[in-house]
Amino acid sequence: MNRSDRARGAWIAWRALTRSQLRGHPLQLLATVLAIALGVALGTAVYLVNSAALTEFDQAARRLVGSADIVIRGPPEGFDEALFASLARHRAVSAASPVLDLQVTLPGQRPPLQVLGLDPFRAAALQPALLGEIGADVTGLFARDTIMLSRSAAQVLELRRGDALTVIVGGAPKSLRVIGILSDAVYPEPLGIMDIATAQWSLARIGRLNRIDLRLRPGAPADAVRAALAAELPPGVVAVTPAIERGRALTATRAYRVNLNTLALVALLTGAFLVFSTQSLAVLRRRSVLGLLRALGVTRPQLQGALLGEGAAIGAAGSLLGALLGALVAALILRHLGSGFGNRAMIAGGAVLVLPSLAIAAFVLIGTAVACLGAWIPAREAARRAPALAMKAGDAEPSLRRLPTTLPGLLLIAAGAILAWLPPIGGLPLAGYLAIAALLAGAVLLIPTLMRWITGTATRSGHATLDIAVAQLQGSASISTVSLAAIVVSFSLMVAMAIMVHSFRNSFDLWLVKLLPADLQLRLSAFSDTGALALDQQTRIAELPGVARAQFRRVRQIWLSADRAPLALIARDIDPAHAGDSLPLLRAAQQSLPDGTQPAWISESLQDLYGFQPGDRLLLPLDGRLLPLFVAGIWRDYVRPDGAIVVARAAYIAATGDQSANEGSLWRRPQVSAPALEAAVRASLALGDALELIGGEQLRERSLRLFDQAFAITYALEAIAVAIGLVGVGVAASSSALARRAQFGMLRHIGMLRRQILGMLAIEGVIMSTLSAIYGLLLGAALSLILVYVINRQSFRWSIDLAIPWRQLAALSTALITAAALTALWSGRAAMSQDAVRAVREDW
Amino acid sequence: MRSMRLALAGGAVALVAAVSATEPPLATALPAAAVLPGQALDFPRDYGSHPQFGIEWWYVTGWLETREHERLGFQVTFFRRRQQLSDPNPSSFAPHQLLIAHCAISDPGRGHLWQDQRVRRAGLGLAEARADDTSVWIDDWKLERSGASYRADVAAEDFALHLQLEVTQPTLLNGLAGYSQKGPSAQSASFYYSQPHLHVSGSIARAARRDVVVGEAWLDHEWSSQYLDPAADGWDWVGLNLDDGSAVMAFRIRGHQGQAVWAGATLRDAHGQVQDFGPDQVAFIPGRRWHSSRSGVSYPVTWQLRLGARQFDIEPLLDDQEDDMRLSSGAIYWEGAVRVQEQARAVGAGYLELTGYQRPLSLR
Repeated sequence: MNRSDRARGAWIAWRALTRSQLRGHPLQLLATVLAIALGVALGTAVYLVNSAALTEFDQAARRLVGSADIVIRGPPEGFDEALFASLARHRAVSAASPVLDLQVTLPGQRPPLQVLGLDPFRAAALQPALLGEIGADVTGLFARDTIMLSRSAAQVLELRRGDALTVIVGGAPKSLRVIGILSDAVYPEPLGIMDIATAQWSLARIGRLNRIDLRLRPGAPADAVRAALAAELPPGVVAVTPAIERGRALTATRAYRVNLNTLALVALLTGAFLVFSTQSLAVLRRRSVLGLLRALGVTRPQLQGALLGEGAAIGAAGSLLGALLGALVAALILRHLGSGFGNRAMIAGGAVLVLPSLAIAAFVLIGTAVACLGAWIPAREAARRAPALAMKAGDAEPSLRRLPTTLPGLLLIAAGAILAWLPPIGGLPLAGYLAIAALLAGAVLLIPTLMRWITGTATRSGHATLDIAVAQLQGSASISTVSLAAIVVSFSLMVAMAIMVHSFRNSFDLWLVKLLPADLQLRLSAFSDTGALALDQQTRIAELPGVARAQFRRVRQIWLSADRAPLALIARDIDPAHAGDSLPLLRAAQQSLPDGTQPAWISESLQDLYGFQPGDRLLLPLDGRLLPLFVAGIWRDYVRPDGAIVVARAAYIAATGDQSANEGSLWRRPQVSAPALEAAVRASLALGDALELIGGEQLRERSLRLFDQAFAITYALEAIAVAIGLVGVGVAASSSALARRAQFGMLRHIGMLRRQILGMLAIEGVIMSTLSAIYGLLLGAALSLILVYVINRQSFRWSIDLAIPWRQLAALSTALITAAALTALWSGRAAMSQDAVRAVREDW
Repeated sequence: MRSMRLALAGGAVALVAAVSATEPPLATALPAAAVLPGQALDFPRDYGSHPQFGIEWWYVTGWLETREHERLGFQVTFFRRRQQLSDPNPSSFAPHQLLIAHCAISDPGRGHLWQDQRVRRAGLGLAEARADDTSVWIDDWKLERSGASYRADVAAEDFALHLQLEVTQPTLLNGLAGYSQKGPSAQSASFYYSQPHLHVSGSIARAARRDVVVGEAWLDHEWSSQYLDPAADGWDWVGLNLDDGSAVMAFRIRGHQGQAVWAGATLRDAHGQVQDFGPDQVAFIPGRRWHSSRSGVSYPVTWQLRLGARQFDIEPLLDDQEDDMRLSSGAIYWEGAVRVQEQARAVGAGYLELTGYQRPLSLR
């Protein structure tokens, strides 16, 4: 046979095969394509959103810190401006730009406005575009309480040149005059620009800066200079390079990205598995056609190539669809949520989706390759089989039986158990994910052994239908593996997720109750730097007739390390002897408080990030001094992944003299209604709607609603997983029914009723799905332990307590068993639609 | 007559002027001190800064010669501008005073200027102009007087000047004992003295090249609060060190039609005799024009200067000595090294300044 004949032969084989496949089972094919599409879409979307976020971050960094080689950062309260004068004279520094970079509190519970207080003359060396834009208005900025807004800020705030912008500084509103609007070319994000002197004065930061941008002389080594500078900086002030800041931004979303990428991987593997099972079935179904083709002279490689080609076509179709879907989803996410992956930085919203064609091609290629992988074993099997034998029915079993499964299965489970104990790798729970994969694979490999063992122990009941069903299951343990594996894997993942989410929600709710015991919570705009209640305002609130008890907190940002985002310092009333009463305390120090230290309670993140343990001493940089603290305990915090530290407010005031507060809790007297108390609090302060007041219970409900919204996606994914599992069951049932057409015919011949055969199939289905459900529950429970104690803990640095959603699991199991039995029945009916005589004859 | 240069070299200053022209003066702002005749200058105190006056500068221009006998021009200038801040902002960044520095090298081999400038608010010891003697700096750019000499250090991105300037003659008071009238109205005036015939030694750098240099320079120090007549577009100015030891400073202020609105000159002869010239005794007659292809502005680069009976012919070291500050201030002017002839004989060298040729300057 020459080359062109061979090509033609392959083409004929391909066409013949594909037509019958497409015509026969479009739904299975569709499910397979969709599974691959889902995996590719998820991977593509995560990648695209992340790269858009990174590009956006880089551009924003260039705009906001210009061409700085090193950025000095301090807390929002700032550091002494003398540092600027000394750094500007530093030998290695060619340009220094003093900055106040603040999230300015706005009234009306709007998100804060980022304001840069700059010396335009010095900033020009690092950001020439800025001075060009400010241009003739530079001296206008010297006037009292003046500000320029970026176009987007003006748009959001609905302000024009000449309008007044009200901001909250301390406990009072302050009016700034908008003297200009900057074009999008300079700052596309919402931003305000002030002169440094005006900003210091208007925003109550006289003598303070919180950022200095440095450009180094040509040839000065940035890392060495940074290290040298860092050693000389006051406590709580850090020196970072743009690379460090970029790394920090990357880290902030890394856990989310890895989790989503893992989901994408799971979807892809599911897709591969579906390709494998549908192709196995397709090979089985078309065995006579395949045999005929071989007999007609189609070579083995041609046949194998054609079957692989099918897998590739399914994969390519799914991948292209997935890439398209992923790009669409990414575009939607970027348009509606920004690029922050749920970070608070996501308000930027300036991220633009750029489709990197190479990356997308890679995703399509991966999806296709995975599908080919799934198609490879059935294709090889089909090609290997002798043509004459292939034309006969009923030999699906041997190919799979050859694989030894028991020992590898046990080894994989052991490996999974060991991997679950490993610490995070590079801050990520990679070992935990591997443990899950190993446990899943191991559990799947053990299915044939378990099946044989379970069905082997079954005794004859004397009931023909039941006994035949059991005997059938005994006889086809290996092929049942395929269908069982699909349902076991998807069901166990669903169980694990359900347990994890339930545990998390449970712990979160308990945590909320612990932290929000008061009737009314008050806050002066979240995540902003300038608003705080003065002492007399706090007194005024506390002395309102309706207030039974008032507690105020001061929350500040503290830089502990250049590599990490700042942590939150919470100065609040706390009784050291009974810290557990008002804090969700996990562990307390055994030692007593050393002299000269103040007790502090750190969140789990701080323990993980900095390695602090109960009983440790630590020095907290506060207003240029170091406050000696003693780690009296570790508490659980679900809102600040960068860490939080609680100290007694009295100790904080003694150390800093700062009596202001930006959060508080109020308990009302029984005779006063909640709305009346709210009104009284508002009336006591001239702050209007800048003060955020919310009932404790209301806040709890809102938080839980947000929680449920955030996890809605996991419920959707669970549903998809089960659907895929059911498709797997359907595929397996179809293939088994196909393989057994002769058997059905024979049973009919010896007098079994069609109804009885269907009953037999239903019993088989129920047995199989019950076994899968039990096995899946056990496996899922094991996996949920890894999710709860390893993956969640290592990804998000907070612990949750295991809680089992019994009712939900029972309902899920019932639904699964019913659905699986019905699927099996339906597939059997379809297979039996041909008449019995033909079915028997087919075998001879 | 350097008063108006400030507006050109320092963009911020022009902007300040523009803003203050549109906004009514605020009641709380302290008015700037006025320049009045009959106040004797008091040295060394008056070598220092006068922050109560609206505007001030120390302006060094001169000729340099390398060991290879390459002849170059240079300028090092520090401006101070008082801001009329309406409020007592306690911030140490409050821009009560702005300092602006400008420096350039006229290099015939390059064909155009090496130039750079800085604008800063005074304060924190990083940019200051001391009040007790000449000592003014912006970061590492500095001009300082000590004893009988000045020191100028300027390191720009691609060139540098490190010069010692020895005083060889007494301080020259322009106008009436340092009171220099700038327009028909007596309110337009400045305090103004010069240091001609400064002996220069030091080194310069141009890109990677370094040269040891010697030369002769001229320093102007002038301060004022109101200087430009509303009818003026710009001005022409020269400061000339003549070979016989005499010195010539002359200026004219041009009106909207290019006519002289005012003029003045000081001539000190080799024996130290000072002669003051009024508007009718000074004439600037333009000659050949040079057209800048960069800015499209055309400047008369050769001149005939008549001071009473004397007549000087002025030729530039090179035509293209255009100072382009469009990136920062939007202003463009011509400031360059010139040679002087009298009766077809070379008699000295100096600097020529031509402003307001691009468009009229809007100074208060």
